[in-house]
Amino acid sequence: MTYIPKPRVRHPTLPTNALGLTRRDYEGSMSTLCAGCGHDSITAAIIEAAWELELEPHRVAKLSGIGCSSKTPTYFIGAAHGFNAVHGRMPAIATGAEAANPDLTYIGVSGDGDSLAIGLGQLCHAIRRNVDMLYVLENNGVYGLTKGQFSASADVGSRAKRGQVNRLEPIDPVLLALTLGGTFVARSFSGDKAQLVPILKAGIRHRGFALVDVISPCVAFNDHEGSTKSYRYTRDHLEAAVEADLVLPTAEITASYDPGAARAVTLPDGSVIRFRKVPDDFDPSDRDRTYAYVRGRQEAGEIPTGLLHLAPDAPDHHDFLEMVETPLVNLSFEELCPGADALEDVLAAFR
Amino acid sequence: MRPTDVSDPHYYHRVVDCQWGCPAHTNVPEYIRLIALGKYTEAYMLNRYSNVFPGILGRTCDRPCEPACRRTRLDGEPVAICRLKRVAADLRDDVLELLPRIPEKKNGKRVLCIGAGPASLTVANDLMPLGYEVTIYEALERAGGLMWNNIPQFRLPPSVLDEEIDMILDMGVDLRCKHEVTSMAAVLEEGWDAVFIGTGAPKGKELDLPGRWEAAEQINIGIAWLQSIAFGHIDSVRERVLVIGAGNTAMDCCRSALRLGATDVKVMARKPRPLFKASPWELEDAEEEEVEILENHSPSRYVVEDGRLVGMEFEIVRWHEPEGGGRLKKEVLDTRIIPCDEVLLAIGQETAFPWIERSIGIEFNEWDMPLVDRTTFETTRPGVFCGGDAAWGPENIIWAVEHGHQAAISIHNHCQKTPVEERPAYGQNLVSVKMGLHEWSYSNNYDEAQRAEMRYADLKERLGSMAVEAELGFDLERACQEAERCLNCDIQTHFTDQLCIECDACIDVCPLDCLTITWNGEEAELRARLTAPAFNLDQPLFASGPLPHTGRIMLKDEDLCIHCGLCAERCPTAAWDMRKSELLIPYAGLAAGSQHPDRRGVGVAG
Ligand SMILES: Cc1cc2nc3c(=O)[nH]c(=O)nc-3n(C[C@H](O)[C@H](O)[C@H](O)COP(=O)(O)OP(=O)(O)OC[C@H]3O[C@@H](n4cnc5c(N)ncnc54)[C@H](O)[C@@H]3O)c2cc1C
Ligand SMILES: Cc1ncc(C[n+]2csc(CCOP(=O)(O)OP(=O)(O)O)c2C)c(N)n1
Ligand code: SF4
Ligand code: SF4
Ligand code: SF4
Ligand SMILES: [Mg+2]
Repeated sequence: MTYIPKPRVRHPTLPTNALGLTRRDYEGSMSTLCAGCGHDSITAAIIEAAWELELEPHRVAKLSGIGCSSKTPTYFIGAAHGFNAVHGRMPAIATGAEAANPDLTYIGVSGDGDSLAIGLGQLCHAIRRNVDMLYVLENNGVYGLTKGQFSASADVGSRAKRGQVNRLEPIDPVLLALTLGGTFVARSFSGDKAQLVPILKAGIRHRGFALVDVISPCVAFNDHEGSTKSYRYTRDHLEAAVEADLVLPTAEITASYDPGAARAVTLPDGSVIRFRKVPDDFDPSDRDRTYAYVRGRQEAGEIPTGLLHLAPDAPDHHDFLEMVETPLVNLSFEELCPGADALEDVLAAFR
Repeated sequence: MRPTDVSDPHYYHRVVDCQWGCPAHTNVPEYIRLIALGKYTEAYMLNRYSNVFPGILGRTCDRPCEPACRRTRLDGEPVAICRLKRVAADLRDDVLELLPRIPEKKNGKRVLCIGAGPASLTVANDLMPLGYEVTIYEALERAGGLMWNNIPQFRLPPSVLDEEIDMILDMGVDLRCKHEVTSMAAVLEEGWDAVFIGTGAPKGKELDLPGRWEAAEQINIGIAWLQSIAFGHIDSVRERVLVIGAGNTAMDCCRSALRLGATDVKVMARKPRPLFKASPWELEDAEEEEVEILENHSPSRYVVEDGRLVGMEFEIVRWHEPEGGGRLKKEVLDTRIIPCDEVLLAIGQETAFPWIERSIGIEFNEWDMPLVDRTTFETTRPGVFCGGDAAWGPENIIWAVEHGHQAAISIHNHCQKTPVEERPAYGQNLVSVKMGLHEWSYSNNYDEAQRAEMRYADLKERLGSMAVEAELGFDLERACQEAERCLNCDIQTHFTDQLCIECDACIDVCPLDCLTITWNGEEAELRARLTAPAFNLDQPLFASGPLPHTGRIMLKDEDLCIHCGLCAERCPTAAWDMRKSELLIPYAGLAAGSQHPDRRGVGVAG
């Protein structure tokens, strides 16, 4: 927690984006998290991604559940819309909001407790429905806000600060999303913005549900020896398996011809995700192979990171529901609720 | 880059831009904090310790600290350092008890200073407490040099001047006024253990154009004219006055002329305004008093009719920068006669040493200036030292003071049979200012804040007399407001690389993007790939040793750091800490860090 208000002054050469905004304009209020929390670094990465993508702050909706991680939307894009849902229920709120107004950019932030324990069912269905949003899972292996109990992502053998050893099998969000048909599945580390920022940008641009599992050490309750989510452990075991970056349609796209690029995938909006490094034989669109690859690396004691799976053209939430083109928020009351006579007609069709 | 050695006292010193810019290395942020705490006496004594004349300098200093001040890089205007100094001097209590004690038993060494300007007075100030017997020979009737005989009373009241000079003379200095030295050889015969030449640059430059000698009594050399006012020999001036030159002497001449009754005063400058030598605030003060300043007017002759000066002719010029640099070239566009009744020449000063024989081992260079060592202030004759304006031509009071301090160190070495080249080392104190989990013992206002404005005496009243001080000084409210603008540059961000876990918290939180963790490289290349590239090469880059997790290094661009402490506040491991650095300055007979007599009983702030 920091008591010094962050000064308004900024570096005189701080660049502005096409909207005339600096990175500082994408900040929110001062973080109240513990000094050194990985979540704060992720916040900084989200700020950077939003600035680089030139998102209009008032066209962004931030959603979260309960937890230290879920507090962080307050700390970025102060001028955006926000909704702090009850514990684990953010996916339902996001699904509803996105159904009503697909024109906003949805950024959901949750924790491993919020997403994998109380909210597991909610997360699963949002993945299945392919709700168009970025879903950042700030994964520290503990319930930070309630003082460090093991969460469902704690590894077998991981030792708590007080010495207890976790014996329960973890839920791995990446493997979970692959199982459920996730269309954008990535893992990264709060301490590696060079990797994280492009993934967040690509996730925002992806049409569909973009799950980004970010290892985010909890300095207060899970950064000790014996923890498998500490800064030290993560650095020692991290394997940047896939390197990818996003090239916006406005930029000159030379990506597909870049000889250094292993592969380039064009998104429906025309931007290109350029894979700069992938493991031998790796195909980000082949989810079975990715599943096997991730499991294999984990067995070998590594934490493979990067944009691991991508299905850019899969049907999303609106396609499944065969929604009208016009966002629901833009329909008149009469169109949304055409009255008893219209209901009669509908019912008549089933008779 | 090699890891920065912050145990070298000059690394953190350099971060304190004002102190680094001050020739005498006055500890500005500390005295500003003392003022904010209402400890005016302590603030005054802390000043006196380095600059000897806080009351005088608080009104007249050339302020090299202010253009250097970090605040300028933040919101365009430096902290009003000099005016805060005056606040300390104005509001302090009696300090007699706090002045150095002078030993009754002398050390048997007799030192002569020639000229009683600030340079010589500083030498006496530093040597008297060590038991030296210091004598000063002064040509005029009293001590102070240009500070009393040229700087006009409306800028520097005699009471302020006298009090600070007396603090030194009352140490028991043997001042011999009206004792002009006419032969250095004769002085050397007198058997002094050391001699210091502090005779200033007393000769005003002449402008020998056609007509100069035909109406000589209407044409005066500025510094001689100001001196005559100080002596009481001149108390009026003709109506229309032209002041030739645009330095600080010109400003004092034009403003004095107004007070002596001139109705139309013009300052005539050859060069365009950005090249004027006068300080911006002196130009502003003169214009506020309705002096007209004309640029690009190059004097060509005095217009004399019937033995009377009636005007002066000027070339209207434009200046060109020659290709490939070098001196500006003048292009004459026109000529113009400006009517006047009196001309004051303020185009520079020179040293003059007709009284030093060229056969006594004191060597002179091709410009007839004595050869003086830049570090030891010794001439080519061992035991004879020189400082202030006499050494390398006109400077200012604060440089004269610093020369005096250094010369005193040399004189002490010389008398103690230590080589003068053996300079005592600077030292450093470094103390954490962390008071509690989230408490730091300092505060500053780092958001844009206007520099406090000076209060002035009413214009009419001010112009009515030489004796009305033009500036009234800050009131308390302004002083406190201005003190908050100081960024406490001496509260340093101190880094311990072995503690860093590379969490990025400091990088993310720094409002000025000063910090970067990256792989090591050459400095020039590193400067380009920082979070915010650092192209101000005047400001150092801090580099840590390899960080334990990845072997990358922490880099900090000192340029725009506002010393807010957020990096330390956010660091989970206290790898960043805020530590107050104090430069320990050595003085004659006092190693750095030894208890200086001026600092007895002086508490610290922050
Ligand atoms: C008009 C004017 C305004 C100025 N305003 C400022 C200002 O606002 N701020 C600032 O910082 N600086 C100012 N200066 C410059 C500043 O006054 C000098 O740089 C400073 O006083 C130099 O100090 P000094 O000790 O070297 O010599 P000086 O102050 O010049 O003192 C030299 C002394 O030596 C005496 N002397 C000379 N020859 C002999 C001899 N042969 N025998 C015995 N005694 C002798 C002189 O009478 C004089 O008293 C100003 C200068 C002028 C001319
Ligand atoms: C319905 C409900 N049950 C339990 C809690 C208590 N609770 C608050 S936060 C939290 C866990 C948060 O863990 P995580 O999502 O990992 O967030 P972190 O603080 O680790 O970032 C729990 C169990 C609650 N607020 N509401
Ligand atoms: S801000 Fe204060 S400490 Fe920093 S340079 Fe200016 S006066 Fe000195
Ligand atoms: S004190 Fe630290 S956080 Fe503040 S500006 Fe300086 S480096 Fe940045
Ligand atoms: S906040 Fe502290 S531990 Fe974290 S990167 Fe900065 S210096 Fe290192
Ligand atoms: Mg958690």
